Amino acid sequence: MPSDGSALAVPISEAGPAGQATRLQLAWRRAARRPPALIGAMVVLLYLLLALGAPWIAPDDPLRTDWSQTRKAPSAAHLFGTDDLGRDVLSRVVYGTRISMQAGVFAILLAMAIGVPAGLVAGFYRGAFDQLIMRLTDAWLSFPFLILAIGLVTILGPSLTNATVAIGVGATPTYIRLTRGLVLSTREEEFVQGARALGAGDLRVMGRHILPNITSSLLVQATVSIPAAIIAEAILSFLGLGVQPPSPSWGTMLNAAQQFLETAPWMAWWPGLAIFSLTLAFNLAGDGLRDWLDPKDY
Amino acid sequence: MLEYLIQRIAISTVTLAMISVIVFTGVRMIPGDPARVLAGTEADEAGLADIRQKYGLNDPIPIQYLRWVGLAIRGDLGESVRTRETVTKTVAGKLPITLELACLSILVALAIAIPVGVLSAVRRNTFWDYLANALSLCGLSVPSFWLGIMLILFFSVRLGWLPASGFVPFLQDPVANLTRMLMPTFVLGTTLAAVLMRQTRNSMIEVMSADYIRTAYSKGLAGRVVIFRHAIRNGLIPVVTILGLQMGALMGGAVVTEQIFVVPGFGRLIVESVFTRDYPLVQGLVLITAGAYVLINLLVDVSYSLLNPRIRVKGAASAQ
Repeated sequence: MPSDGSALAVPISEAGPAGQATRLQLAWRRAARRPPALIGAMVVLLYLLLALGAPWIAPDDPLRTDWSQTRKAPSAAHLFGTDDLGRDVLSRVVYGTRISMQAGVFAILLAMAIGVPAGLVAGFYRGAFDQLIMRLTDAWLSFPFLILAIGLVTILGPSLTNATVAIGVGATPTYIRLTRGLVLSTREEEFVQGARALGAGDLRVMGRHILPNITSSLLVQATVSIPAAIIAEAILSFLGLGVQPPSPSWGTMLNAAQQFLETAPWMAWWPGLAIFSLTLAFNLAGDGLRDWLDPKDY
Repeated sequence: MLEYLIQRIAISTVTLAMISVIVFTGVRMIPGDPARVLAGTEADEAGLADIRQKYGLNDPIPIQYLRWVGLAIRGDLGESVRTRETVTKTVAGKLPITLELACLSILVALAIAIPVGVLSAVRRNTFWDYLANALSLCGLSVPSFWLGIMLILFFSVRLGWLPASGFVPFLQDPVANLTRMLMPTFVLGTTLAAVLMRQTRNSMIEVMSADYIRTAYSKGLAGRVVIFRHAIRNGLIPVVTILGLQMGALMGGAVVTEQIFVVPGFGRLIVESVFTRDYPLVQGLVLITAGAYVLINLLVDVSYSLLNPRIRVKGAASAQ
């Protein structure tokens, strides 16, 4: 093939960047074949921007009460209406993004920080430590996620940080199991044996050879567990066990909205729609990412 | 078979032991005097002394643990700080309500998930398949408590068709019971239906491409017969497993659902006990929930190993 010949003729120094550009283009082309996943990813990014830029995007102070404007229906002045204390619902939803994202992302980071090393060591060394860890995760997984989180918050006391910790601890066994399973299959691969034959130590094999190869699976799992953590935070706050009023969490907003369903239903629409659309976007993006990272899909 | 059964029961026993250690440790981590924690803030010196004596709170921790486990095995989970009723009795009063809710939700979920899942597997990549997938994705993403609030908003506030909340015992008035259970059941069943539908679809697609299905088709059986007689039987086995694993999510969901619809069941009891700092009750409820989950999954595992001998062999191999 002539194209092959010309490619060979290109000096090595130029082949690098040119090759990378096409790889990037290829990746983009594969991503563009999945419009739902792209839309999902874009919505997630949008929420991320909302979370980071809340002070500049929100039209009003989310905590400022105005007794002359209580429970006003959506209007030009307040696009999403106002709540029972006259606060602007739109601003509260925007600031709520911060709390939800924070809880979701940090909870899962915590779960990974504990779960990945534990699973790595358990799967790599097997033996008694592995057995102990596996039985512990069995026990851990026997507590329904929410019940465990409620139990932990009972001990720690209700707050955003404690809710995040509780959710993270609840999600940890999933990461231990996943990492261990991935390590078990990866450690038998030839490149791992090759690294060992070259004299790489355990730490090097784990950190340089196994970990990079299981990262994509962990990433896909994160797209599933972050929305689950976001919903969990909303539920805990809804039950009064998470973020405490007057902080604008979507869960606490829904809790307050419950008393005013007849007179101010919009108080319940927006925070719920926000959770729903963010979770849906994460799920769409996650489904797409799973296919996208699947080598069989090229 | 017997070997598998023993192995499975042994693992469950170890898990239950671990659970008890976690719960025991958890309660000891609550700041303050354990006797005060277990007796409640209103207890007098005599009450505190009783608790110290019963749980041997001056003994070394391992002995305290064994004593507590011994009592728990005999069904003594202590008594509620608030009502002074035993935890076992309190739970026995609330459990039937939640069981009714859970069973109805499972029925609703199965009634939606299996037909839709089978249909979308059989009519793969058609409009119906895409619609079913979109619906299940929405079902997975919608926060159940918001769905509950929206249903109340629509069917109770706007249309006035259904009562927004409350509970009437079934034996007292079956119709009132069921009309009040309708929305909670649907809310609790939605997520489960979405999960089960995906599983049904996936495993049906896998089964439909198996050799024996091709054989069944090629010997001239009608499509209906192949699907109902041959494919569904094997296709639904993984669905049973997933159903067992979803029990935890169902228990968690019941907490939220009962809270929204003011159903006085097990889930609402958990939230109430947390708010009233009724630690013995929280401890008992968490222990019971986790224990129930382990037992349900043991039953699920054992029952489907009876249905399918292949799983039993595979299960024994992977458990090692």
